[in-house]
Amino acid sequence: MRRYFLISIPYLWLVGLFLVPFAIVIKISLSDTVLSIPPYAPTLDFSNGWAGIVKFFDGLDFETFEFLASDDLYWKAYLSSLKIAFIATAMTLAVGYPVAYGMTRAAPEWRPTLMMLVILPFWTSFLIRVYAWMGILGQEGLINQLLLWLGFISEPLTILNTPTAVYIGIVYTYLPFMILPIYSALEKLDDTLLEAAEDLGCSRLGAFWLVTWPLSRNGIIAGSFLVFIPTLGEFVIPSLLGGSQTLMIGKVLWEEFFSNRDWPVASAVAVILLLILIIPIVLFQRNEQKQREAEG
Amino acid sequence: MRRLSWFNTTSLTLGFAFLYLPMIILVIYSFNASKLVTVWAGFSTKWYGTLFQNEAFLDAAWVTIRVAVMASTLATILGTIAAYVLVRSGRFWGRTLFSGMIYAPLVMPEVITGLSLLLLFIGIGLDRGILTIVLAHTTFAMCYVSVVVSSRLVSFDQSLEEAAQDLGCTRLESFFFVTLPIILPAVLSGWLLAFTLSLDDLVIASFASGPSSTTLPIKIFSAVRLGVSPEINALSTIMIAIVTIGVIVASISTKRAAVRQQREEKMAERSAE
Amino acid sequence: MAQVAVPKSVFAPWDDPSKAPLIQFKNVTKRFGDFVAIDNLTIDIYEREFFALLGPSGCGKTTMMRMLAGFERPTEGQILLGGQDIDATPPNLRSVNMMFQSYALFPHLSVWENIAFGLRRQKLPKDQIDERVNEMLRLTRLSKFARRKPHQISGGQRQRVALARSLARAPKLLLLDEPLGALDKKLRQETQFELMDIQEKTATTFVIVTHDQEEAMTVASRVAVMGEGLMAQVDTPERIYEAPNSVYVADFIGDVNIIEGRATQTGDQVNITWAEGQPDIIGNSPKTTFGNGDKIHFAIRPEKVSISAEQPTDTPNAFQGTILDIAYLGNISTYYVKMPSGQTIKAQTANTRRLSRRSFTWEDKVWVSFTTTAGVCLKD
Repeated sequence: MRRYFLISIPYLWLVGLFLVPFAIVIKISLSDTVLSIPPYAPTLDFSNGWAGIVKFFDGLDFETFEFLASDDLYWKAYLSSLKIAFIATAMTLAVGYPVAYGMTRAAPEWRPTLMMLVILPFWTSFLIRVYAWMGILGQEGLINQLLLWLGFISEPLTILNTPTAVYIGIVYTYLPFMILPIYSALEKLDDTLLEAAEDLGCSRLGAFWLVTWPLSRNGIIAGSFLVFIPTLGEFVIPSLLGGSQTLMIGKVLWEEFFSNRDWPVASAVAVILLLILIIPIVLFQRNEQKQREAEG
Repeated sequence: MRRLSWFNTTSLTLGFAFLYLPMIILVIYSFNASKLVTVWAGFSTKWYGTLFQNEAFLDAAWVTIRVAVMASTLATILGTIAAYVLVRSGRFWGRTLFSGMIYAPLVMPEVITGLSLLLLFIGIGLDRGILTIVLAHTTFAMCYVSVVVSSRLVSFDQSLEEAAQDLGCTRLESFFFVTLPIILPAVLSGWLLAFTLSLDDLVIASFASGPSSTTLPIKIFSAVRLGVSPEINALSTIMIAIVTIGVIVASISTKRAAVRQQREEKMAERSAE
Repeated sequence: MAQVAVPKSVFAPWDDPSKAPLIQFKNVTKRFGDFVAIDNLTIDIYEREFFALLGPSGCGKTTMMRMLAGFERPTEGQILLGGQDIDATPPNLRSVNMMFQSYALFPHLSVWENIAFGLRRQKLPKDQIDERVNEMLRLTRLSKFARRKPHQISGGQRQRVALARSLARAPKLLLLDEPLGALDKKLRQETQFELMDIQEKTATTFVIVTHDQEEAMTVASRVAVMGEGLMAQVDTPERIYEAPNSVYVADFIGDVNIIEGRATQTGDQVNITWAEGQPDIIGNSPKTTFGNGDKIHFAIRPEKVSISAEQPTDTPNAFQGTILDIAYLGNISTYYVKMPSGQTIKAQTANTRRLSRRSFTWEDKVWVSFTTTAGVCLKD
């Protein structure tokens, strides 16, 4: 019996602070906006007894969702977020894979140091690392200064406050999340497999493509999910680097909540974002489970 | 036989340069005498001075540290229990739900977690302040702690716990006398992870904080929304320096301990009678 | 290390009706889902025995041990320790201690602290603990290493720490789970005699689990040969070897020839028809009766089979065959003799003469022979 007591502590905490809040989000997405505190109606009032509860459920409707469907802004934002997340994940993969691969090819004495170099940015403040790019990509930023000084351009480029800056920011901040799973998958790879492939007639490139790449798939999948899923709802990067041009759903949610004070709409946006994310989250968890089982 | 081709060397150099240059540039600019951050006007440490006189920043820093200590400690306790339960208990009622709840926050966008928690606090009438931030941070940090600790527990030799019981410990005693001391490094690194996440968090803190409880990330964010600022550069440099020293010290001491352990084992085998 | 001859023949509490057993398994069954690990087992183990559970992997011996320690509970049946049902007693409250296969030494504690661990749980006064730990250190010759941690000592020393730790609380029963598996052969042989010594000195009941039959035969006062959740035979090592009660036991311990045939019994004498064109084997079966024509397995140990160039006249059991193979093992040679009817019979002799003077070689026609009482007649 004591075992159940132990389990219940984190269990109840999570139910109370994770599950119940979600129920509340759903409830509010079904409510209407009113100018009051709190800025939504109906509120659950137990003092009116059963009649109050019935009235409560009566007051819920899908009006907010209809509004979301009709207004261009929202579905454009979802699509834009999906597009950005996909492209950014692909770019992170393109940058991260060679680095991870290079790490496995380095001499064993170097590996712990390289590992430390990858982990260090991960421990540094996310906010600061994104902020660093503001100084580099701005009109008077480092890149523009450099290019102007070298004479490659005559007028400063606008990089900040464009989607390009957002891509750079995402790749930069999420790179360690892509490198680490790929590195750990490649590390487990047996070198003799490559030697066997070359012995059987593959070129170096062929051996990589036919042996290394497929066997590192688990790492690629894990890394991609670790980048894609949070990027979809990312707020800080589009806010600091993307400007008004870049439409991402995380920013939309924030603005609906803090600037427009429209809680039902913000909640509805969150609900739909969650629905979109369920598939990748479930796939990610399944992949992790499969990996854990495979490792025995 | 590993060979570092030119391709590998280039990708490694470019990759790490990409990772580190922005931070190095930030550090350099923090010593820029000019207020116009990107125009170099000579070396100066004056921004560090103005930073330390900025009351608002210092208050926010203090709030942030207190929240981080409380949240990470609480998250470590809850996360360790959760990890132990998940790894040691076989099937129990609601296990899928439990493990779903533990792993979901790891990939959930912070705006959703933040929004949902705020709505909860309003719903139950809890005033937003330090307590709500601590509650919020504990909730998502405990999931990270649980991942770290459970990966250690999975490789933990259960016969050690059985031996402890065989020698007279109750199950609780065997956890405290045997399991915990041995998994302590993992628990501590879980604590450190939770601490860093809490220290660094912007989105969730924005939702969960009140007017009197601004955290440092919130302050930084509102400052940089308007553009680059030399004080922020100075602050960033300090934070980068702390993390760098910490990581280097940790790496060196773990490496030393591992080397010493190996040496002792070799000596033991050789001197066996 | 000098070999100590232990007068085992004097110690036989299982034959003594006045002795009460220390451990009793009464119709114990243990199921894991559909898998039956222990099948309706009943056995008595007496005080001061060195009892060996011998069997292949999966035969249930480890499950039996874990049930005694308290880490598994029987699905059916009772286990009594000193006359008391211990089902409800958790492992930390039983006066049973276990020496784990992996030693399970606490890596964060010194050798001294490891040994003291169980004593501390008993809340003994400090000087009593000190005295007992030092006694254990002397017993296992580890006094020099008291301050060291497990990773700072060798494998053999770790094994002794595990033993000292498990004996510290002076348990009524000590369980040893494959204790010598990780040691190399020479160390294993030395440690076997040390274990027997310590068992005698401390007057503890030992139950050892092993898959190594040599080990079981060396240390044990009684051996239980197990298979598929059942005890095939429980007896002293001599009787297990010389008088196995089934083909399984005969085959499990040592090397054996099993010859199948049909029996015809008159009195104690059994005639076994085993091959066309060959005379019957004459065997002896004082305890088991075979009906005429019954299937019979004749088990005979290779060292009881003589090999000669000429037909021997002192025994009716003499058969001619060809040497198929010779296995030279330094002190003995095993000759694989192929019979005209197809069976191969193993004959083993000590190499009393040097190799170059050997009488037999491959392809030689030889006679194998054995006395009428040398083998055992088994039903199955």
